[in-house]
Amino acid sequence: MDSPTRVPVQPSLARTRWIGFKTIVIREYSRIVRIWGQTLVPSAVTATLYFVIFGNLIGRRVGPMSGFDYRQFIAPGLIMMSIITNSYGNVVSSFFGAKFGKHVEELLVSPLPTSIIVAGYTAGGLIRGLLVGAVVTLVSLFFARLPVAHFFAIIAAALLTSTVFSLAGFINAVFARSFDQMNFIPVFVLTPLTYFGGVFYSVAMLPEWAQRLSFVNPILHMVNAFRYGFLGTSDVHVVAAFGLMLLLTVALFATAVQLLSRGVGVRD
Amino acid sequence: MLALSTRGLTKTYKNGVHALRSVDLDVEEGDFFALLGPNGAGKTTLIGIMTSLVNKTGGTASIFGFDIDKQLERAKSCIGVVPQELNFNQFESPMTIVVNQAGFYGIERAEARVRAERYLKQLQLWEKRNSAARGLSGGMKRRLMIARALMHEPRLLILDEPTAGVDIEIRRTMWDFLRDINAHGTTIILTTHYLEEAESLCRNIAIINKGGIIERDRMSNLLRRLNTQTFVLNTRGALQAAPPVVGFGVRLVDDHTLEADIGKEQDLNGLFVELSRLGVEVLSMRNKINRLEEIFMHLVETGGQAAATQAASGAPASAATRAFHG
Repeated sequence: MDSPTRVPVQPSLARTRWIGFKTIVIREYSRIVRIWGQTLVPSAVTATLYFVIFGNLIGRRVGPMSGFDYRQFIAPGLIMMSIITNSYGNVVSSFFGAKFGKHVEELLVSPLPTSIIVAGYTAGGLIRGLLVGAVVTLVSLFFARLPVAHFFAIIAAALLTSTVFSLAGFINAVFARSFDQMNFIPVFVLTPLTYFGGVFYSVAMLPEWAQRLSFVNPILHMVNAFRYGFLGTSDVHVVAAFGLMLLLTVALFATAVQLLSRGVGVRD
Repeated sequence: MLALSTRGLTKTYKNGVHALRSVDLDVEEGDFFALLGPNGAGKTTLIGIMTSLVNKTGGTASIFGFDIDKQLERAKSCIGVVPQELNFNQFESPMTIVVNQAGFYGIERAEARVRAERYLKQLQLWEKRNSAARGLSGGMKRRLMIARALMHEPRLLILDEPTAGVDIEIRRTMWDFLRDINAHGTTIILTTHYLEEAESLCRNIAIINKGGIIERDRMSNLLRRLNTQTFVLNTRGALQAAPPVVGFGVRLVDDHTLEADIGKEQDLNGLFVELSRLGVEVLSMRNKINRLEEIFMHLVETGGQAAATQAASGAPASAATRAFHG
């Protein structure tokens, strides 16, 4: 072992933050690509099954929904469902895995502020959510013709929804102390909210009390804002839906940063 | 300049355990400093506070003048830490681990790759750079954590038992490496259970016990306090009883082994003259236990009080040594 030569390098704080953020994103992206069989493929398989069973077999008997072919109606919802579950799942498993394997300490001892760490993991969730969303969109095109009514609404809804659920996954991972706790929210909260979030049906079909209850579900607003981008139709007020997504993004980001700064779940 | 300075540093865990009780500690820039203490004494908590893995309850701490409450990012930029437990992603390769770590400190990837090659080669990990880290041997994993900690070329390197479980050959190679780093200006704080390691490497020492610093001195000053040392002598011929050596406490351990207590004011020549006069031929000789270990045990047992006088008793420390290692 030879003697090292010390070259004192003190990058500026802004530069450290930017490079640190890029490094977290690269690490997350590498993880997504390295285990592509677990991260990118399952949603494509699930979406195909939904299209075959709900779209082709059952959908023919259901008939048009909100004036569109049933396969066209469910396609935006299925894409959004995959974005939600993958954004959430990526961050919760990656950050909890880092806690479990203790390598989260690599970041905690570094000079990166907690906001950058949260932003980096969120970007990782965003990348996976959008990659899977793109794959499921390609699958959808085999089964349904997808018009584009409002392109920017599609992009904005996908970005904001993915960000919201990446942040939610981060908060879940902060609190989780076991793999059971990591899976509790996705199984018992996220999945029911997604299925009741207007992916497979229009809430206009529901009785009034059920419609009112559905409007409390944020996923309903996200799915409809996304569907509005493709089909130009929505069960909810689209501007309010985007406002809700922005509000959730800010609130969840602030919460995640606050939790990590206090050391909840990661520091003694 | 002080590399590390704490005043009244306190940590009480939620379960009520007082891990640190108003610790005042200064470490000079450029020092090779030993922080010793038995298990649960508060060493890792102190390091944890420095590296922001543990929230302190009270007091202040600064790294190269950067207050960890007010300039945490600056303070953390100065530190490289090698923790006690493995804390890298076992599924990643050494190259990925060290390059990413550099990125967390603001080092561009191109520069990080250059440094990765340098440190992985110096720590004899270059051949394994693309293997999964989980496949490395225990010694390699320890060296990987040292390489990782050096990637941003920190001014202060904190090593929490870096050679635990490492074989003696690798350990000595790591000692040489650490001496070189220190010689090039990096301040090093070392905690270890191998007191021979601390004695060999460190210039200054603090002993912590039950959350408080009970001793802080130069290593040489501390070792001078040891008034009596016990030597083990192997003899050529078989002995039936301990030879009646005047002025030295000599005991028979077995028919070819003697133990002799040598006071600070005595010299070994006198002992050998006496043994020679009695017809006892000595083939070899060694210290019964490490000198620092003997002082350490007395300090820990007495809470730092009357260390010199206790050490002067020269009582065999084997029971205490067993307690420490146990």
